[in-house]
Amino acid sequence: MLNGVMQSRLRGLIILALILMVLPVFFGNPFHYELATQVAIIAATVVGLNLLVGFAGQISLGHAGFFGLGAYFTGIATGTYGWSSVPALMAGAIAVGIVAWIVGRPILRLKGHYLSMATLAVGFIIAIILNNERAITGGPDGMSVPAFEIFGWELSSFGRYSLFGLDISGVQAWYMFASVVLLVAVWFALNLIESPIGRALRSVHGSEVAASVVGVNTAKYKSLVFVISAIYASVMGSLYAHFQGFITPAVASFEFSILFITMVVLGGMGSTFGVILGAVVLKLLPQVLADFQELETVMFGLILMLTMIFMPKGLLPTLTAVVYKRRRRKAGGTA
Amino acid sequence: MLSEFLQYLFTGITIGATYALIALGFTLIYNSSHVINFAQGEFLMIGGMATVSMAAMGVPMVLAIVLAIILAGVLGIALQRFAIAPAKQADVVTLIIITIGASIFIRGIAQLVWGKEYHVMPNFSTNEPIEVFGAVLNSQSLWVLGVGAVLVVALVLFFTKTLIGKAILATSMNKEAARLVGIRTQMVLMLAFMLSALLGSVAGIVVAPITFTSYDIGIILGLKGFVAAAIGGLGSGVGAVVGGLLLGIVEAMSAGYISSDYKDAVAFSMILLVLFFMPRGLFGAKIVERV
Repeated sequence: MLNGVMQSRLRGLIILALILMVLPVFFGNPFHYELATQVAIIAATVVGLNLLVGFAGQISLGHAGFFGLGAYFTGIATGTYGWSSVPALMAGAIAVGIVAWIVGRPILRLKGHYLSMATLAVGFIIAIILNNERAITGGPDGMSVPAFEIFGWELSSFGRYSLFGLDISGVQAWYMFASVVLLVAVWFALNLIESPIGRALRSVHGSEVAASVVGVNTAKYKSLVFVISAIYASVMGSLYAHFQGFITPAVASFEFSILFITMVVLGGMGSTFGVILGAVVLKLLPQVLADFQELETVMFGLILMLTMIFMPKGLLPTLTAVVYKRRRRKAGGTA
Repeated sequence: MLSEFLQYLFTGITIGATYALIALGFTLIYNSSHVINFAQGEFLMIGGMATVSMAAMGVPMVLAIVLAIILAGVLGIALQRFAIAPAKQADVVTLIIITIGASIFIRGIAQLVWGKEYHVMPNFSTNEPIEVFGAVLNSQSLWVLGVGAVLVVALVLFFTKTLIGKAILATSMNKEAARLVGIRTQMVLMLAFMLSALLGSVAGIVVAPITFTSYDIGIILGLKGFVAAAIGGLGSGVGAVVGGLLLGIVEAMSAGYISSDYKDAVAFSMILLVLFFMPRGLFGAKIVERV
């Protein structure tokens, strides 16, 4: 039984790893690598958010706030104060975790739309502070962030590297790094879901009252997963800041929060690989629609609406259900 | 001192009345279908933009206003019929995303038709400001308050005196039971969306001379309406009005006395504070969760 769970977990991860390895075959220019790296970082953020939304059933409309805090912590610590990247990233994650824990306790008592409202408010307040504290954050003009650096070795989009004798460009190196980060993020999420914590979370999702009756400390688990998903966002925000080399308060904006939650719902709440697909689709869709120029916004809204109306469970769960049904029908036909 | 205070108060009440109308729209839809309609702000935008553009084409102002309100009403019905009704099995979050998709779609069309520029609408009556104890009151503010008050009274009468109003109330209380006594709940839902759109478009039209109007004003106005509705307690009509006025006044006061950069932050801190101590807003109903 345990072996079976382990195997199915590993299988998904191996498929994802293979896709990430094969993908560069289709990349024609550095821009494709850049886009793929952004998608990977954002997908990892959404995998963290899905723990909160898809498994614990708590809605957050302010997650970009934590992403933005992580990005700016890194930007200020490495840029203004000359810290090393890894300590900055870790200190940022701890700080954001503490912030999430402090605001999470009272917020998570709220239910349904009141919780959405409160998370939205927290996100907005963070974005407003980043916008207005010009002396520290550079205000709406943003701030530049140094390249990611570990043990004196620098990972820059503009650098050139050699790996096993192969000549690699900076964006290619970043793509590999981001791929590994995404795999680690997914691995951690899958393990968490199958752990006792994950089971407790799913019981909260099912019915909070029932969960607390059978002895699950619902408040504790809800704030725990809120903190974990905030830390996911903070770490990815830090990496995003390094990769982009420049950040503006837009990384913490309401629009970005909405984008995150939309990725979760569109891809399939509760499906770790589904939300990755959601991130891929929503990040690439504007690129595809750019050809339609002024029709871009209309098409985007229309596609979003139609997908959610006809696939309310999200892309991946709906597609898997279709495949299963077809396979079963085939099996039934031959029997 | 007093004139300064009055000035902020006037500004706050005017914008607060607008928030109250948006919040009432939220409440109407929330009560009848439990959907938080993120496209609510787009009704305001449609109201203001359609009026301005038709007036520019030479349509008399009054007719332009009526046509704009009808357009928004049709849009409200279409939103319910083609986007919300087909997805009735969907999760709460999924419905939120659908309304977000709808708002992006409407905004995209508005941008196509009307462009990205800001549009100015003249005051309904005189441009001459009124002076009260040294504070300056825009004559349009009186229009906002007057129209807002009339709409609130009309809504109260509609829900307490008319059969259709009572049918909407019945549906919001218990959809199944309402259907059993012969209420066509699908019609009622469409009606609720239409009313909500009418409220929104009227708010958008009366406030347009003060705030200007453009294709993207719906985002922030809709959001503020949601904040106001949540402060008052989702689903409560009184709460929507009180929440709207409170939000408007707090915003104007903090912009005046603290910092205009942080006025939105004050508004959002207020909602957090209210929810910390009153998890269902000021006038929200107590709900017991069933297992």
